[in-house]
Amino acid sequence: MNSIKDLTKTNKEKAPKEIIFLCVLYLSISIAIITLMTLIFDILSTGSNRLFSDYEVGLVTKQQINNPQDFLTSLDSRDPLKAGIGPAFVGTLWLMIIVVFTTFPLGTGAAIYLEEFAPKNKLTRFIELNLTNLAGVPSVIYGLMGLAVFVRLAGFGRSVLSGGLTLTLLILPVVIVASREALKAVPDTIRQGALALGATKFQAIFRQVVPSAIPGMVTGMVLGLSRAIGETAPLIFMGALTYVNYYPDSPLSGFTAIPIQVYNWIGYPQAEWKNTSSAGIILLLVMLLTMNSIALIIRNKFEKDW
Amino acid sequence: MSNELELSRKSVPLIEKFVKNFIKLSAFGAILISIAIVLTLSTEAINFFQSPEVTLKEYFTATRWTPTFKNPEYGVLPLISSTLYIATIACLISFPIGLFSAIYLSEFASKRTRKIIKPVLELLAGVPTVVFGYFALNWITPNIVQKFIPGTGVFNAISAGMAVGIMIVPTIASISDDALNAVPKGLKMGAFALGSTKRITALKIMLPAAISGIIASFILGFSRAIGETMIVTIAGGQYPELNLDPRSAMYTITSSIVNVSLGDTPHGTTAYNALFALGITLFLMTFILNLASDYISRKYRKVYE
Repeated sequence: MNSIKDLTKTNKEKAPKEIIFLCVLYLSISIAIITLMTLIFDILSTGSNRLFSDYEVGLVTKQQINNPQDFLTSLDSRDPLKAGIGPAFVGTLWLMIIVVFTTFPLGTGAAIYLEEFAPKNKLTRFIELNLTNLAGVPSVIYGLMGLAVFVRLAGFGRSVLSGGLTLTLLILPVVIVASREALKAVPDTIRQGALALGATKFQAIFRQVVPSAIPGMVTGMVLGLSRAIGETAPLIFMGALTYVNYYPDSPLSGFTAIPIQVYNWIGYPQAEWKNTSSAGIILLLVMLLTMNSIALIIRNKFEKDW
Repeated sequence: MSNELELSRKSVPLIEKFVKNFIKLSAFGAILISIAIVLTLSTEAINFFQSPEVTLKEYFTATRWTPTFKNPEYGVLPLISSTLYIATIACLISFPIGLFSAIYLSEFASKRTRKIIKPVLELLAGVPTVVFGYFALNWITPNIVQKFIPGTGVFNAISAGMAVGIMIVPTIASISDDALNAVPKGLKMGAFALGSTKRITALKIMLPAAISGIIASFILGFSRAIGETMIVTIAGGQYPELNLDPRSAMYTITSSIVNVSLGDTPHGTTAYNALFALGITLFLMTFILNLASDYISRKYRKVYE
């Protein structure tokens, strides 16, 4: 009897502590979520006017601005109400194309080698250790390396090609890890079945294993790409921050990109620039969200439960 | 007929050979990237220290960093102290929030809540740093920091640190969450069987059991805070001297790399080479931290295998 009383008493004493602890946990998780919501709300409220409303600019000669098409297609300007994101948008598309065409073969190739062909020796382990470390190197370091290797050594100059290749190196470790995970998820029975039917190792891997891992690889690629287009720091060394107000017309032409353009606009003091940079951020976030949704859809649609 | 068979037999291995070599080369490319990073940084950094304008001693002891001024000074101390200062502010925010979020996710949240919160954290992790920089400068500074801490400048270490902290919360939360989930179920069940509450189990059983993974996540988060560039460049300002007042501007290694490269720095000048000296300083700092984090998390994995 006595002991039961003691038990309930201690439970009661404990109760407030339990509740306080749970409150601390709730508070922590909500700070992260509330910050994200505040960020999105703040950017939408300052940027949506600039992105979606039509207005006239100019004291003497009036100029009609029709958004969002004018914002998306016109050149940068000294007037925050006229400035458009056209060259930066096209620059980002160029970067995406270069990154996809270089990262996909290199990333999946390295993953297939490491996962299916590589002997389990010291060299392989060294490559793996290397990849883990590369994933932790700050992006600004990749920019410095790109400046020395692509801009100077290879002679590509401060061009969209140098920028794209630098971003490729930046996301390669991420894409390789994701592609390896996709290959790991393919069960061994697929490999053994193909081999049992008389396929060579090469045929088994490239006709059976790789095709079933493609959705996972594409998902990793899209996620890597979405990281690449949000990167600012490495591109600064590619001359993307100097006033570029033209559309890139070849891989070797100068360029600017959306995050760089946004960074540029953030630097101007007048209040109207805040709206313009928010409008640019909305475009960037919409692109990222679209890509992440695509990755999610691919993952859900093609994911096999072996 | 037999000729064709021979032909196809011969031609297949040729493609195979090509593909095999290609994928092998791409795997070895990972090593090439590392070599390129180390080589380019160190050769230009060596050029920097060989120039008559600067000595190793000055680099590590001078207290001003003004490479693009008329009388340039190259003291890395203020940059290192600002970098560590802002990273520490970031960690003060992200360690508790990240860790408690992880404890909530792994020990308290239902499966359904987990399914909602995890993608939200992933979304937070995917926000470009330039956006966080904008948010720190235009929202955190006027609405939070300047309201509660009088005397805060437009560019200040507090809001830059806060934004960096929020940015690394997902990293810490997801790695710590993995560490907590890797603890064998038996430990938790044993604690419940002995009558401990959820809080006691989480704090006294799960936390110590997962501590090495959690520490690894902290180190990795600290390393990411040191390497973070755009937030500190946009919201942290540039104050090239030693300064310990978090209400005023600071100048981190990363933001001075950006600012030096924006200035007039033609190839071969001391200022250009200074970029790479800063680069290798930053690279070494993050490299050592990443190795430490990797080592600790590897060690912990062995415990329960």
